[in-house]
Amino acid sequence: MDMNQYIEIFIEESKEHLQNMNSKLLYLEDNPDDISTLNEIFRVAHTLKGMSATMGFNNTSHLTHEMENVLDHIRNGNMNATTEIVDVLFECFDKLENYINNIETEGTEGEDSASELIKKLASLKNADEDSTKGEALKKSENSIDDKFENSTIKFNEYVSNMITTALKDGLKVPLIKITLDDSCMLKSARAYIIISTLEKFSDIIQSSPSIEEIEDENFGSYFELVLVTKHDKEFLQKELDGISEVKSIEIDLLSNEDINVVTENSDIKKNDTVAKVHNDKKQENEQQKNKPKESKEVQAKKPKISKTVRVDIDRLDNLMNLVSELIIIKTRLEDTDSNNERQDTGEAIEYLERITTNLHDAVMKVRMVPIERVFNRFPRMVRDLSKELGKDINLIMSGEETEVDRTVIDEIGDPLIHLIRNSIDHGIEEIDKRIENGKSKTGTVKLSAYPDGNNVVIEVEDDGSGIDIEKVKNKAIANGVITSKDTQLMDDKEVIQLLFSPGFSTADKISDISGRGVGLDVVKTKIESLGGIVEADTSLGKGTKFVIRLPLTLAIIQALLVVVGSEKYAIPLNSIKEITTVKKTDIRKVQKNEVVLYRGSTLPILRLSEILKASETNNDNDEDEVVVIVKKGDKDAGLIIDKLIGQQEIVIKSLGKYLGSIPSISGATVLGNGSIALIVDTNSFF
Amino acid sequence: MSSVNQYVVFKLNDESYGIPINYVETIEKLIEITRVPNAPYYIRGVINLRGEVIPVVDLNKRFELEPINISDETRIIVLSFDEINVGILVDSCSEVVTLDSSKIDQAYDLITSFEDDYIQGISTLNERMIIIVDIPKLLKSNINE
Repeated sequence: MDMNQYIEIFIEESKEHLQNMNSKLLYLEDNPDDISTLNEIFRVAHTLKGMSATMGFNNTSHLTHEMENVLDHIRNGNMNATTEIVDVLFECFDKLENYINNIETEGTEGEDSASELIKKLASLKNADEDSTKGEALKKSENSIDDKFENSTIKFNEYVSNMITTALKDGLKVPLIKITLDDSCMLKSARAYIIISTLEKFSDIIQSSPSIEEIEDENFGSYFELVLVTKHDKEFLQKELDGISEVKSIEIDLLSNEDINVVTENSDIKKNDTVAKVHNDKKQENEQQKNKPKESKEVQAKKPKISKTVRVDIDRLDNLMNLVSELIIIKTRLEDTDSNNERQDTGEAIEYLERITTNLHDAVMKVRMVPIERVFNRFPRMVRDLSKELGKDINLIMSGEETEVDRTVIDEIGDPLIHLIRNSIDHGIEEIDKRIENGKSKTGTVKLSAYPDGNNVVIEVEDDGSGIDIEKVKNKAIANGVITSKDTQLMDDKEVIQLLFSPGFSTADKISDISGRGVGLDVVKTKIESLGGIVEADTSLGKGTKFVIRLPLTLAIIQALLVVVGSEKYAIPLNSIKEITTVKKTDIRKVQKNEVVLYRGSTLPILRLSEILKASETNNDNDEDEVVVIVKKGDKDAGLIIDKLIGQQEIVIKSLGKYLGSIPSISGATVLGNGSIALIVDTNSFF
Repeated sequence: MSSVNQYVVFKLNDESYGIPINYVETIEKLIEITRVPNAPYYIRGVINLRGEVIPVVDLNKRFELEPINISDETRIIVLSFDEINVGILVDSCSEVVTLDSSKIDQAYDLITSFEDDYIQGISTLNERMIIIVDIPKLLKSNINE
């Protein structure tokens, strides 16, 4: 069956389950005795197991199965959820996340079968078993174990139930191990003879490898069968002895205890199976190498994963209502056209405008996702980091319900990870130092999000050592970013902004976590590509706060349409501070740059027609220039334009992959008359 | 190996060029092209094709030919390759021909000028010479720049 059509749903749901598992594991760590949390984790693991097995992702299902075993053990009170166990469970979680990510990007879960982890899980459980169960039991286990030595067979719940019932009914359940003669030519035919002989007087309930595989000759010369029969061992032996080309036959009658052992033993045995799976895969790989054409085809078939958004059904209903209203107003407009009544048209258009505004809002809301989806992964990260660094850190999150555009969700994760790592590694001091400075032992990192007008603000705040302004200055001079002369002219804010320049790091030692100086400039670039800004605020000894400001939506914005030369351009409204006129004579040249004295401070002036290489216009007669003052952070610049058209809502369209990024242009929009206006990227002017 | 393929034939400076028909999305009459400042020299601008913004390449500039004469015959051929949509500006475009791939002479045997990068081969049809353009090369070379 072709599973490709389900893969998107699989990935989406798996991610959701994993997210759930993550938060529950964190909770379990703090409350190891909470059975309901344990049950929840168990359920999630079980669901994942089922889903991945259906999709044929065996590594994932194996691993979740092992997790289930351990969890079940804890649940039954056989052992406690110690830190050690939770750590291993977290490792499993990471592995699972890896698998899912691999499936998303490459279509397969990867080669790694996680045998190490599975061993770890099994040993956790066994170690516990050994300590709880007595010596005597162990001995008896060993004796039973002999029966299953080298056995690859394992029972699922269904089969073991069947065996129990059969035994209750006084039937016999023999396990038969058959090795065929090495010289045997038609192994599957020989095996078939054996199976059909047995089927005459018994039911085969389990085989290893499976019957299908045996029929396909997909086995060495050894296979195992489990039967339910009323005949005894000797009878079976006699029946099978009559078949030639069989090297050896071993028959063991199973009892109730055996089943338990086999089901439990399967945990350990599975390591072998997993290893086998691994080998099989290798073989497959080699086969693929031999047939390069085929493998290429497989690659081409790789499913294309599209981005999805889960939408509240109410929001969709709302959309549907608006669309139906739109249809009504369309018919009404058609009617008024035929009647030619002006009054009605005006009214209808007003109505239409209201609907489109609502429709826009509704569509925007569909694209909105709570930022929780990004925040969710941080508690875990902070936990790991604080363990690694030996710092005591408390993460306080607020405003997780704040909604942002789906595109932002995908992009904002990495910058935030950078900032939080920075805070924990550089910001928060070592425990001794904190006590020395009279701070509480536990460092605090605050992560908060809130909407602010048309923006979303995300803050990362720590109560650590803060940034040493002098140190930054010295470092910047040493790195040749600025001269010592410059530093005298710079205020603290400007100095801090230096942190965001490429290759800048104040850390004295480079650690695993941060300090290589590739962090903050990457953060800045990323945020700016999303149309946002990032600022830092610090006070030495008290802490640092990074503030990220992002536009609420990326697809539709308010913009000011202007004329430059003979062309129309759009300037995003959120980057505009004000619009004014400046007398031509007031513009002065300072070292090739034009500036104007405006409201008591100097304002750099840029001519948009020069930047955009537009044709000159002849408005030399005018005394005034129209200047649009744009801002970025707390820097301003004045753009000289030729004419203002007005404010308009525009839909942002990308210029397409072919053009890539064009300097000073961030995109395009289609105007009402069908022509295109380019959107000016004012951020690039600073 | 010989197979028969269809090619859209267009004209640039009285020369006939052919492109495999599977790359052609639509052929449009000349519509308003908006200049894109700071774009590569051969980008004529962008057009609004039913709500989608599509860049248009001036092939005359790309192939370093005489500047194009805009006329009633001028067309924009919108190509689609690897999820990239690009328009090319051509003097005229009015026919689709069927060519036998064995009749296409490979370019590397023939010429070694600046053009040959984007030329797959040359074919003759009823005494006419048709230059076959290598679309993937033509479009991809820009992305790497």
